[in-house]
Formats: sequence, C-alpha cells, structure tokens
Amino acid sequence: MNAMQIKIEEAKARGKVGLIPFLPAGFPDREQFWKELEELDAAGASVIEIGMPFSDPVADGPVVEKASLQCLADGVNLAWILTELRKRKGQFKAALLLMGYLNPIYQYGLDKFGKDCEAAGVSGLIVADMPHEESQFVKDAVEPHGVALVPLIGLNTSKERMALYAEGAAGFCYFVSVLGTTGQRDALPARIKEKLAEAREVFDIPIALGFGIKHPDQLEQFEGLMDAAIFGSALISHIESGRSSDSFMEPWK
Amino acid sequence: MKKGYFGDFGGQFIPELLMPPLIELEEAMETILPSEAFQSRFAAMLKENVGRPSAITYCPNLSRDLGLDLWLKREDLNHSGAHKINNTLGQGLLAKMMGKKVLLAETGAGMHGVATTVAAAMLDMKAVIYMGATDVVRQAPNVNRMRLMGAEIIAVESGTKTLKDAINEALRRWLSDQETTHYCFGTAAGPHPFPTLVREFQQIISKEAREQFMTRNQGKLPDVVVACVGGGSNAIGMFHNFVPDESVKLVGVEAAGTGEPGCYSSAPIDHGTEGVLHGMKTKLLQTPEGQIEPSHSVAAGLDYPGVGPEHAHLDAIGRVDYTTINDTQAINAFKVLSRREGIIPALESSHAVAYAIENRDKLQGQSVLVCLSGRGDKDLGILDEIL
Repeated sequence: MNAMQIKIEEAKARGKVGLIPFLPAGFPDREQFWKELEELDAAGASVIEIGMPFSDPVADGPVVEKASLQCLADGVNLAWILTELRKRKGQFKAALLLMGYLNPIYQYGLDKFGKDCEAAGVSGLIVADMPHEESQFVKDAVEPHGVALVPLIGLNTSKERMALYAEGAAGFCYFVSVLGTTGQRDALPARIKEKLAEAREVFDIPIALGFGIKHPDQLEQFEGLMDAAIFGSALISHIESGRSSDSFMEPWK
Repeated sequence: MKKGYFGDFGGQFIPELLMPPLIELEEAMETILPSEAFQSRFAAMLKENVGRPSAITYCPNLSRDLGLDLWLKREDLNHSGAHKINNTLGQGLLAKMMGKKVLLAETGAGMHGVATTVAAAMLDMKAVIYMGATDVVRQAPNVNRMRLMGAEIIAVESGTKTLKDAINEALRRWLSDQETTHYCFGTAAGPHPFPTLVREFQQIISKEAREQFMTRNQGKLPDVVVACVGGGSNAIGMFHNFVPDESVKLVGVEAAGTGEPGCYSSAPIDHGTEGVLHGMKTKLLQTPEGQIEPSHSVAAGLDYPGVGPEHAHLDAIGRVDYTTINDTQAINAFKVLSRREGIIPALESSHAVAYAIENRDKLQGQSVLVCLSGRGDKDLGILDEIL
C-alpha cells in the first residue's frame, strides 16, 4: 500500500479526516519553507503536498499563482526541491507528494525525475495539466520508483472517466470541489455529495476533497463521503499574514 | 499517428476538468460540422458577411523593384480586417448549434477579439475577450471596436501581460463557465481538437489562393508561398492545400523581436525547444528548467512563446522552412508595401512581406505568394511612435 494511503487510513482509524496541506516549494522563502513543513508535519498532516512552481499555472487561482511566481523569482527549481528533500529523507512522519505541471518535469527528464523522487522519499505526484489520455508515459517513469500518480477528478467527470482513473490507482483520489481554479470559497456546490458518492463506488482508495477548502466546518456535510481534506490558498494567506502553520492547523486537529 | 497528434506534437495536456468540454467539441466536429445545415449556412456567411473569396493581388511596382513576381492573398480585405473571421464564424456557428450562449476568446493584436465579437454579434451570442494589459494599450483601436460591438473585455495583469497570459486566464474562465461557454480559440494551437478545428476553418485561404494563382498563371503553381507565424493559424491555412505540391517551397516567418543578441524573440521554432504549454506538446521559448520565457515582437499577434503543433511537425519533417524577420525589417516592409502598392499591411503580415524584400537576391525571377493576413490600421498608433 502506498505511504499516502497508509497515512490517511491511520487518521481514519483515529476517527479523523486526513489532512493534506499544500505549500509551493520555497514559500514564504527558501529557508522558512522547511520550518513550515516541519510544523505541518508535527501538527498531524497525513500527506504534505509540495508545489513545484511553474510560470503558467492555469489550474491555480491568484493566491497560489502569486506564491509560485514569488518562489520562481527566488530561484526555486525542481533540482533544488529534490536535492533538499533528499537531505531530509526520513525526517517527516507525513507522506510527501509533489504537485505541479508537466513541462518542468519533462525538461528535468522523466526517468531521472522518477529516480530522484524515490531517493527524496516522495511517494506521490499530481500533474495538473495531464488527463488520463496523456498520462501513461509519466506513470511508466514514476511508478517503478514507488511514486503514485494521484488521479484528479471533479464535478464534471463522468463515472466512465472515473473508472479510467481508478484502474491501478494508488495513494488517494483527488476530488476537485469546484469547476474552477484553486482558491478559497465561502460556499461549495451542492452537487459535490452526489459526485462524491459516485467516486466512492468507483475508487477503492481514499478520497480527498480539495479546492475551496478553508475550515473544517465546511466538511461536516460530507461526512462518510470523503477521507481527507486538501487546503492550499487558505494556508498560504494565513502564512502571508504573519501567522504560523501550526496555528492554521489548530482547528483541524 | 496518435489521435490529436501531428507526428510527435499536439495532444491534450490540460486539467481533467477541461476534458468534458473538449470531448463535447470533438463530437460536435464529427457530427455538426459535416452536416448540410452547418455547411450551407457557413458557406453563406463566408460569402455574404466576410466577402469571400478574398482577392489575390499582383504587386507590379514592388515586383519590379525586387526583381520577382510578388502576389498577395488578401485576407486583409475580409470583414473585420483579417483572416481571423474565417475561424470565429466557423467556431461561433458550431458553438451556437451546440447550444452555447457565450463566445470566450483570448486575443493578442486584437484581431481575433474583434472577429470573435463580430461572430457573437451576428449569431446573437455574448463575447467575453481576455487581452493582456500591455496589448490593451498598444492595440487600442481594436479594443474600441470590440467595445462598440458589445464585447466584455478583461485586461489581464498577470505575467507578461500579453497573449500567453490572456490564454492562461481564458482557460481558467472556461474551467468555470464550460456549460454555457465555448472557448473560441484563436489560433491553430492549444489542446486537441483546436489545432485541427482552426486549420479546417482556415484552409480556405490556400484552397482559394491555389485556384486563383493557377487561373492567373496558366495553370502554374507559385514557386514560393510565405506566411507569418505566431500561433500559426494564417500560416497553416495558407500552407495546407500546398503541402502536397512538392515543387512549392513553403516559408513560415517567425518574429525575431529586436533581433539583438539576448533579446526576447517570438520564434519558438527557430530558437525554442520541445515542451508542453497550453494543452499541447510543441516547440517553446523556455528556460532549461521548463519555465516559459517572455516573448517579444513589435507585432502583438506574433508575441507568443509557443507555436501550433502542426507547424512544429512540418518543421520536423522539413516540409516548411521556418525563418525569422526582426522588428526593423517588418516595419520597413510595412512602409514599403504602403508606399509602393497603397496597401497598409498589419505588422504581423509585414513579417511575411519582409521575407520577400530581405531575400530578393535569391528569389530573383521567382513567383512569391504571400499571405497578407490582416490590415494595418490597428498599428498606426504604434507606428506613429516609431516612425
């Protein structure tokens, strides 16, 4: 079983929702980033999602985009991320997931990427601009190294397409709560419940809800339909306002 | 060849949430597009509203000056002033027949935005146009035209504030509004099926030009066919029906920007490397780490760090020669064609005209057919500053 699934199942066994915070690598700066990761880990994150900054992040809203561009301006790149993670391998209780867009991975070299992820202790990958139809060559490069390609589905994904993603999927399924980009929302669409129920029938791995999530109260209505919550923009805004990752995690504990 | 690919290039590298509307569009291409209902109405619109067939024009003065036979395919004479209208009316009608209410578009020089707005007005739809903030300033006449015809214009302040960023924002909008909205992509780029769909609507340029040239030249084909390449829609339209004619040399002209060493260009085929952006695998201006580089051209419509995947393929197989023309050479062509023939070309098209001027020595005695993709009225403000 993939490390991400193990961690989410552990939270479930404690009667909790798995927590999956997202931060772009190098945010708020290249040193402080690692301290934020340590805090998130100590505060009980099941999986930590590390963003690989890209110049043209079409699936992201303004908060994540701005943070990612700031990291790029500070010189963050994939080689730095993987080298620094390798130095810290084994130091995190949480499973580690890399999230980004295909082009930087493609330029890094897919085979090298798979090997370096394994050496860095990374167990999951999300590529935001890669639907099922284009994913095989990435799967072939990373799965032999224990890195699961996390399926990303949403409100407009048919059950037939969910089944394509479910075949051989490991780790967890990322259910996108809105038709839109990342970012906090006050209200989530009513159709989520029905589609989560469909996803439940199709996937035999945990389901995590992401996009628009900022507070645990939002999740009560989905009890039993999802296993983990993903939050990025709310956490970034919290850190930008000078507060700690630990204090952000407090209401989720 | 893999579906949606041109050799190694193309594909559908977009978020899963955009796959349902792309699949819906592909199905509409296969069912609605070939239907009699679509084809007859589209043909009538091209004739009555666009003014097709557009002329081909022999340029006697410039031909004498240069020592070659210069012909122009006059897409500048189309309603709204550029080839873009062929595509927007096609996609607009298709979207209308799919039940969509809104045409969403990105635009660089504004010509695609204007053409989308025209299509929306004709088809009783709403137009929403994303345009980089830099382009909103430098292409003000087109912004005014779009506003007059009822478009909602959104100035994009992110990134380089040009076409690339307008595409990013339009894709984000489409994510949210896909049920009511068709993304009327402006060039033969982006995720499948857009490169094929746009080429289908633009290939009428070479279909007409080939027949017209042969009629005027005792059945002979031109020696050289030239078109400017940004995303590449006018060029793919101008090349498509000449591709099987092995005797015809095809030349795609990318923008070299200022032409100075180290300056940003808009020439991904000549200066770029293979990568993935805006839903397609193609050639891109990028850093070794895969971050997209800013592009630059005096012609806003060419100011894009990527290129349609079919062009990357035509380059890879050696069927088209891709070369570059810099800002100064394009501005010179803008002036020369205006003075010698009384035709003011768009700065984009001026790059293609400049190829004939700059290469006149090796083109002596040959017939050169250039796609004049648009007219230059929109650029007079920029030229006022430069001239």
